[in-house]
Amino acid sequence: MITSTHISKTYGNIQVLNIEDLTIPKGQSFGLVGNNGAGKTTFFNILLDLIRPTTGEIINHEIAVSKSEEWKTFTGSFIDESFLIGYLTPEEYFYFIGDLRGMNTADVDTFLQPFEEIFNEEILGKKKFLRDLSKGNQKKAGIVAALMGNPQVIVLDEPFANLDPTTQIRLKKMLKSLTEDKEVTVLISSHDLSHITEVCERIVVLEKGNVVKDLNTSEETLTELESYFSA
Amino acid sequence: MIRHFLRLEWKQYFRSAYWQKGIALKIILGFFALYMMLTFSAMGFFAFKALKKFFPESDPLQIVNSYLIFAIVADLIFRYMMQKMPIMNIKPLLILPIQKSKLVHYVLGKSAFSFFNVMSLFFYIPFSIVLIGEGYDTNGIFAWLFSMILIIQSVNFLNFLINKNNKAFWTLVVVLLGGFALKYFNLFDLSAMSQTLFDGIVADPIMAIIPLGTLLLLYRINYKQLKSQVYLDAAVSVKVKKANTADLSWANKFGDMAPFIKNEIRLIWRNKRTKTVFLMSFIFLFYGLIFFTNPMYEEKMPTFLIFASLFITGGFVINYGQFIPAWESSYYSMLMTQNLRYRKYLESKWYLMSVITAVLFFLSTPYLYFGLDKFLMIAAGAIFNIGFNTLFLLYAGSFNRKKIDLNASGLGNMQGTSATQFLIIIPIMGLPMLLFWGFSSLFNFNAGIISIAIVGILGIAFKNYFMGLIEKKYIKDKYVTIHAFSQTT
Repeated sequence: MITSTHISKTYGNIQVLNIEDLTIPKGQSFGLVGNNGAGKTTFFNILLDLIRPTTGEIINHEIAVSKSEEWKTFTGSFIDESFLIGYLTPEEYFYFIGDLRGMNTADVDTFLQPFEEIFNEEILGKKKFLRDLSKGNQKKAGIVAALMGNPQVIVLDEPFANLDPTTQIRLKKMLKSLTEDKEVTVLISSHDLSHITEVCERIVVLEKGNVVKDLNTSEETLTELESYFSA
Repeated sequence: MIRHFLRLEWKQYFRSAYWQKGIALKIILGFFALYMMLTFSAMGFFAFKALKKFFPESDPLQIVNSYLIFAIVADLIFRYMMQKMPIMNIKPLLILPIQKSKLVHYVLGKSAFSFFNVMSLFFYIPFSIVLIGEGYDTNGIFAWLFSMILIIQSVNFLNFLINKNNKAFWTLVVVLLGGFALKYFNLFDLSAMSQTLFDGIVADPIMAIIPLGTLLLLYRINYKQLKSQVYLDAAVSVKVKKANTADLSWANKFGDMAPFIKNEIRLIWRNKRTKTVFLMSFIFLFYGLIFFTNPMYEEKMPTFLIFASLFITGGFVINYGQFIPAWESSYYSMLMTQNLRYRKYLESKWYLMSVITAVLFFLSTPYLYFGLDKFLMIAAGAIFNIGFNTLFLLYAGSFNRKKIDLNASGLGNMQGTSATQFLIIIPIMGLPMLLFWGFSSLFNFNAGIISIAIVGILGIAFKNYFMGLIEKKYIKDKYVTIHAFSQTT
């Protein structure tokens, strides 16, 4: 369970985020939507303790993220390409992350096997550094790395952007199956309303840092979101 | 159209990371540029007199002319290594309604004004003025200077042609070395040919038409070649190097630190700038030769020998250590979301710096030739580098707030430099010099050396304690560092 209380972030006198209370139960697939500057990435950055909130705190499975680093053992994340180490090959990157998450080389190899289809022979064994891969392939590598080591919480910022259609569909399936047995909590943000309604059971709309809608996904959610954003 | 291009150039120049630096750095870079210009101009002004003095029977212009061919070839080799055609700049312009021929003329024309072409003029122009002042034929000298400019430009364009060709490069090296060898053994005098050629231009200004023709021809070839390659999959493409993956499993014996150490090795080896730093640290090994061969230092300023001794083994610690953790600025926030122990992360860097310093110390044993006292100085310096400088630079690193783009070029790249870099020099070099000066003037030479070594040994002995302090500082500064590193410069 992730509990966020009175989280706000202010730069100078501009408030970029202000969320009163937000609780994400364990096993939920949680979606965050909003236009540019709505505060989605800021929220994720605070959750990952990459920036400090001006007020409030986030508790990730009973751990206050700004006080202890224990949450790192069960949280996997991918925010953007800057999370990749450009001068490593994808394999080396996976082994490095695996090392940090207590997986040996064989574990990593086994872990990667089911992703071979997604990688489409463009990522593994190509003798290319991550910095030289296309945006889409970089994203694939980053997302897969975020799933390593059986994380209980997975945070993905805009996971669908830049992905090819096949991978988008596979990723959607994968994210849905992850939350099926209510063990893993998945948090994603997206600009694509249809993707996010398909994957997430709950969708929160941010506007200028405030929560303006908190919906349990149903048949009408997509239409509701579309009409909200076209207004 | 040209107006648009010039405006873009102007903005590119003044908005580049280069100008976004702190004022102190700008001043230092400014002074450096000024220094180069003044040196070249001074050479230009005084070359005539100096040559006249050392070779009273010869005509100074003829001496210069006889060596010009070598200067030109050397210039070409230097450019081959340093100068690249600035072709990537036109990528955003390709999809705009601009004719390709214009883009190509723009790229080529722009290269004519590069640093490499301007620098040597600071020599040739004052030299020509002096020549005219000395009563040489004005028309002849003008033709000579004009030819020099044309030749510099020809070299500029010739470089672009051979740039993709290693054979051409080695041919040039062979010509240069062979030329010197032939001259040395008096077999064939390339310099006589050079002299005939350039004397000819002075005597008969119309001969300047030869370099003019050469330049036009080379420009034409460049133009044709480039124009056929203005495509994303040809000239305007980023070259992707094949990844060489070496097996680093031997590093596994470092246990918890292994992943970081492996990463660090790859960081150093696969990025231009870090690789330059690494290779330069071996060049620093020779630094002592400047000081130890000059008896003046030993007699008058022995403290400066300590300075040299520190540099001999400290090239890596100083040049690499001062940019920790900025080397990893581009993915620093990722590291902070990983389940990593800060201590291990920092310790891996400490080990790497210590091991490389130890290797450099081992390689410095030939300095025994200059006497045991010199070698002991180097040994004390090495202990100080391992014991004090590694820890101090790790600590100082937590003040680094400047991002480093690893993909940017190596030599002369000052990215990530801030006032911190100038301040840290004081303790890492000044402290041992002060210690030596104090103890050796109070007691004797040995006391001076021992005092430096003791500081180093104390650092090693209390390493864990200091590491704890450093770790705390890094954790405390985490958010500020992440924020600073995520700023695009």
